Amino acid sequence: MQILGLYNYWIFIVLMMCGFYVVISRGNLVKKLVGLNIFQTSVFILYISMGKIAGGTAPILTGMATIYSNPVPHVLILTAIVVGIATTALGLALVVRIHEAYGTIEEDEIHAQSEDEAL
Amino acid sequence: MNSETILPLALFIPLLSAFFIALNDGRPDWREGATLLGSLLLLGVVFSLLPAVATGARPTVDLLEFAPGLPLRLSVEPLGMTFACVAALLWPLNSLYSIGYMRGNQEQHQTRFYICFAIAIASTIGIAFAGNLLTLFIFYEALTLSTYPLVTHKGTEEAKQAGRLYLGILVGTSIGFLLLAIVWTWVVAGTLEFAPGGILAGKIDGPLVNVLLALYMFGIGKAALMPFHRWLPAAMVAPTPVSALLHAVAVVKAGVFSVLKVIVYVFGIDFLKDTGASSWLMWVAALTVLLASFVALTKDNLKARLAYSTVSQLGYVVLGAALATSMGVIGGSMQIVMHAFGKITLFFCAGAIYTAAHKTEVSQLDGLGRAMPFTFGAFLIGALSIIGLPPLGGSWSKWYLLVGAADAEQWALMAVLLLSSLLNVAYLLPVPARGFFAAAPAGGATQIPIREAPLACVVPLCLTALGCLWLFFQADSLYALLAPITVR
Amino acid sequence: MTEHLPVLQVVVPLIAAPLCALLRPGRAVWLLAMVTCALCLLIAALLLDRVLAQGVISYAMGGWPAPWGIEYRVDAANAYMLLIVAAIGAVVMAFARTVVEQRIRLPASKQPWFYATYLLCLTGLLGMIVTGDAFNVFVFLEISSLSSYVLISIGRDRRALTAAYQYLIMGTIGATFILIGIGFLYVMTGTLNMADLAARLPAVADTRTVRAAFAFLTIGISLKLALFPLHLWLPNAYAYAPSAVTAFLAATATKVAIYVLLRFFFTIFGAQFSFGTMRLDAILLPLALAGIFSASVVAIFQTNVKRMLAYSSVAQIGYMILGISLVSVTGLTAAISHLFNHALMKGTLFMALGCVSFRIGAVSLDRMAGVGRIMPWTMGAFVIGGLSLIGVPMTAGFVSKWYLILGALERGWWPVALLVLFTSLLAVVYIWRVVETAYFQPAPEGRATTGEAPLALLVPTWTLALANLYFGLDTSLNAGVARRAAEALLGVGP
Repeated sequence: MQILGLYNYWIFIVLMMCGFYVVISRGNLVKKLVGLNIFQTSVFILYISMGKIAGGTAPILTGMATIYSNPVPHVLILTAIVVGIATTALGLALVVRIHEAYGTIEEDEIHAQSEDEAL
Repeated sequence: MNSETILPLALFIPLLSAFFIALNDGRPDWREGATLLGSLLLLGVVFSLLPAVATGARPTVDLLEFAPGLPLRLSVEPLGMTFACVAALLWPLNSLYSIGYMRGNQEQHQTRFYICFAIAIASTIGIAFAGNLLTLFIFYEALTLSTYPLVTHKGTEEAKQAGRLYLGILVGTSIGFLLLAIVWTWVVAGTLEFAPGGILAGKIDGPLVNVLLALYMFGIGKAALMPFHRWLPAAMVAPTPVSALLHAVAVVKAGVFSVLKVIVYVFGIDFLKDTGASSWLMWVAALTVLLASFVALTKDNLKARLAYSTVSQLGYVVLGAALATSMGVIGGSMQIVMHAFGKITLFFCAGAIYTAAHKTEVSQLDGLGRAMPFTFGAFLIGALSIIGLPPLGGSWSKWYLLVGAADAEQWALMAVLLLSSLLNVAYLLPVPARGFFAAAPAGGATQIPIREAPLACVVPLCLTALGCLWLFFQADSLYALLAPITVR
Repeated sequence: MTEHLPVLQVVVPLIAAPLCALLRPGRAVWLLAMVTCALCLLIAALLLDRVLAQGVISYAMGGWPAPWGIEYRVDAANAYMLLIVAAIGAVVMAFARTVVEQRIRLPASKQPWFYATYLLCLTGLLGMIVTGDAFNVFVFLEISSLSSYVLISIGRDRRALTAAYQYLIMGTIGATFILIGIGFLYVMTGTLNMADLAARLPAVADTRTVRAAFAFLTIGISLKLALFPLHLWLPNAYAYAPSAVTAFLAATATKVAIYVLLRFFFTIFGAQFSFGTMRLDAILLPLALAGIFSASVVAIFQTNVKRMLAYSSVAQIGYMILGISLVSVTGLTAAISHLFNHALMKGTLFMALGCVSFRIGAVSLDRMAGVGRIMPWTMGAFVIGGLSLIGVPMTAGFVSKWYLILGALERGWWPVALLVLFTSLLAVVYIWRVVETAYFQPAPEGRATTGEAPLALLVPTWTLALANLYFGLDTSLNAGVARRAAEALLGVGP
């Protein structure tokens, strides 16, 4: 049952591929960002779950627990979450500006307008 | 001052004069004064090196270190000394001529013209005194780039096209072939020094020698070896002083000079003779000599005819080098000097004719010689020197080349040399012949008044014509100077 | 004080950035940013000097010794990179003031934010170089990326917005891939310190996880450095960003990504694993060659000169990757040397274009006709940059080309050497299209006849142009130090 035992990694992979697919396949700029978010979140899960040890507690030196989780990945991923939020915020801000400039957030319509400009 | 301190001066004087020319943009007299002064100073500096070099000294200066064991090095040896002397002698004359020509024709952008010219001369001196292949290559490219604005001086569509061809062929061959050959040499030989007897012997063998030689010979596009000669006729769109000094002397001679340097100091003539790697080169050179002569016959435009004549005469130098005999190499080196004086005279005359009469085609020259006796007289002298008749300088280089061919037992090549001299007669002599003897175009007065180009044009061309004569009597000292180059 | 140089390198711009944002709009903001950039340059120069004299500098962040704390580790390779980035940052900052004040579509009240973002970007780039901690690389990477998306998006053309968005998507995917790779490495070794990683990896090298980490890192970094065919974000981003931003990013951002590539593949995984076991060179070489060739050809057909240079950048990145894929000291020297030289030449070219667009408002070929006559100094700098790009002797570009060909011939790779030379000729074609247009064609109808660009723009442009010439002759920095860096990365030599 090794395959099932690694279920956290399966979740990571499935989420990652879902997110990635949305980024690639959607033409709507907001939906792309949603996909990107799912994609990033999957990596957060990877990090968080790899630090977890079955039966382990929070790493606080109380003298009671002998098994505790590795805090380093959790700390790391806090940083990555902040980065992810910043990316999403910036991306959405850009989408707002694009909507102001082009009047649409559909990729193909923007592309068509840019083509006209180039001619 | 010893030679080592003088040597860098030869490089910096033209650059300094370019700087002063730039400063005097609005003052033509000062600007041209800077040109003339710079050229005379350079002449003094170069000739002050001559006695030391003639007695066997090899002054060497390292400027910078480009890579470990690979400095930018200036070093004087007889071949470079000869080339530098030619360039230094002809620059003042050409400057004087340029002033007459540029003012006479009211050309635009004269300051840019003189600046680029001075930089081109600095590059030429750099090539002449290059102590290793890298230095040679660097100044070789600098020469190409500094002459590009001169070729495209007129700024017309035609000039642009010519500039494209010029840059395309010269940069294309030098980056595509020459640089590759140099890096290859560095990889196999571990040095790029010019050493008597060559640096490649024993480092490379078999058919690769042929390949490397081909990379060098076609990589040096300035030598105008067919099929990479097209840039030279194209460059004739430039003002005549440019064609005269650069495309009869500095640029093309830099090409054949590099060929000689590579054959003598990189391959070494003994190595080439032993491997026989240069035999194909003889035939390419011979073919260039003949074909270019035939093309010259068909050209009516005077400058185009002279350009193809140059291509043909450059073939002599390469031929001399390819013979891989000491006489051949010496003949080739002499040809650099002799042809320089002869051809610059011819170009000066072409420019003088254009300035005075605005004629560019050979067929328009009927009877003009009687109006411009000095110009056409000088043309005759220059032409005879190039053909190789005594008592003019050109006879010696042809003689040594013939001896070199005989040494190498290449009888067919001797025939080529002789045939080519006949062709020279056929395409050069009609010019003075028409000028002096043909009837002036109908409607013209029977008594034609003398109407020469400005004095600044006529004096230099008379001087270079006299130079052709003078060189005939200097052959001994030239031979003595050049003889050591093939000695290991 | 001097022992804190490594951390000051990052902290100085990091603190200055919010200060810039807080200051009242005006000349003082620029002055603060300029002083900060100059300080960064000074620190970088001091660091390089110390590293060359004393060897590797290790700095424990906050006093926590490695591998528990974050270590800043400076050797010849990253001291050299710091100098490049800081120097370009300072020169472009000098250039930026006039552009920001007069050309960027930003109200005066928002202009301090430009400088703040610029400094943040610089912080990120410097941080990626100086750090010795794998996760720290990701953090700084995101700092620089996020700020560069912002910088790109303020271009005048509305297509700058879509370009920034596209870059944001691709950049984030790349960064996330890097994050995954680092995560896998941590899973296998339990450490993030680079030196520690390098020591522990060989024991677990032959596992699928490490190989997967390697693959994720390769793809992620390649996206950031715009390796063909992952370069699609680059041309638009460079073409529509403000000229000062393009000059800065083109000269630094991709270079730093290449440095990260070198760090991961040579220091962390080790050349033996990366190129011996994983045969990375077999992937990089064809991609590099394809990138050089195709991007050069595409560049020839561009009508927007900025876009043309952007494609040329893709080709130049190919040269660097080619040098890396030779896996020899000479090849690596060529790549590292080209990092420096390319920063100089592209900086010059983009700043010259900035001058052009400052005066005539466009950088398309037809609008640039005849510019050479009215802006001789600007186009003079452009020609020097162009010659350097071609690799003409006496320019910096020749140095890298020399080592690249040398490296190829040492390996006996004839066709590679020939292709490098051939593509240099393609560079002649696209550069000369601009030169001919600028000098030979008459000015188009209706273009205002304005004069030369202001001195505030010309001085920085010419500073870099002259640097192109200087480093073409004196190669002790861009080839000498590059060689030491290469030796350090390969683990040979002193």
